[in-house]
Amino acid sequence: MSSDLFQYVIRLGDNALINGQRLAEWCGHGPFLEEDLAMTNTALDLIGRARMLLTYAGELEGEGRSEDDLAYFRNEREFRNFHIMELPVGDFAFTTARQFLVDAYDYHYYRALRDSADATLAAIAAKTLKECEYHLRHSSEWMVRLGDGTEESHEKITRAVTGLMPFTPELFAADEVDRAMQEQGIGVDLDSIETSWNQEVDRVFSEAMLERPQISFTRGGGRQGLHSEHMGYLLAEMQSLQRAHPGLNW
Amino acid sequence: MPDKRLPLWEVFIRNKRGLDHKHAGSIHAADGEQALQYARDTYTRRNEGSSIWVVKSADIVASQPEDEDSFFEPAEDKIYRHPTFYDVPEDLKL
Repeated sequence: MSSDLFQYVIRLGDNALINGQRLAEWCGHGPFLEEDLAMTNTALDLIGRARMLLTYAGELEGEGRSEDDLAYFRNEREFRNFHIMELPVGDFAFTTARQFLVDAYDYHYYRALRDSADATLAAIAAKTLKECEYHLRHSSEWMVRLGDGTEESHEKITRAVTGLMPFTPELFAADEVDRAMQEQGIGVDLDSIETSWNQEVDRVFSEAMLERPQISFTRGGGRQGLHSEHMGYLLAEMQSLQRAHPGLNW
Repeated sequence: MPDKRLPLWEVFIRNKRGLDHKHAGSIHAADGEQALQYARDTYTRRNEGSSIWVVKSADIVASQPEDEDSFFEPAEDKIYRHPTFYDVPEDLKL
């Protein structure tokens, strides 16, 4: 097996898993019933995507690890998700802005990944893209609603976007795994994803009456397993049940 | 003070091509696009739908309970309005 491919797949799986875990924290706490359901649906889509990718990663590795082994029995430094996924949920504006920035990335990413030379990844991408399309429609709509809404909602979404933008360059910072996968026609071209993402963000920001903030610093390292202080708490909550009762089923 | 609650919408779902849209329930939403999304998230999670209509509940004109006598009772004794009133010839292919 190619360890580059394993790395590539597990990163995708971890991004979906950690984003889904964060979004699921809203379950029962949404601003109103309908949006609570909508966010939980999206969280379930993300966890479903993580299951497909982590299962595939386990097969590629060939050491008999299942999706659950990978999700619940790896430690912080073994997770490969971007920092933007692990940031705490914050308020509704922060969650909305994170989803929008990530949904726009996922939409263009999985669109390109449909043409992967790896048949399994191409099939997962084709299935995932349909969900991404809906997620992006939903979060784009909320960006406009909050940005072009009341003075208070505009102020809250502006604050959210300002806090999140420094975490976006990491999404496009290709390393040797990304480059090797792209050369083999398996991975996507992150430069072209960045171009499409920028256009998408600019289009929605302009409709939402939002200025694109200048970034004065960035954070990254998720690809190498370097995380923020928030990651340990997230894993403690997500993994506690399986760690206390290994192999537990229902 | 303005009413800050979101308007109520009635949701109609068609579960297969060729069938009618059926009333599924209601949801709150700020406008039509949001109502459509929430209808999708609330009522088609288990693969129930292939088409959704949403309409503002306030736009529905409904008959009132007190209209019952004048609206519906007169139909009760008009049995000839039912197709069962007629004898269907045996060789008629339906």
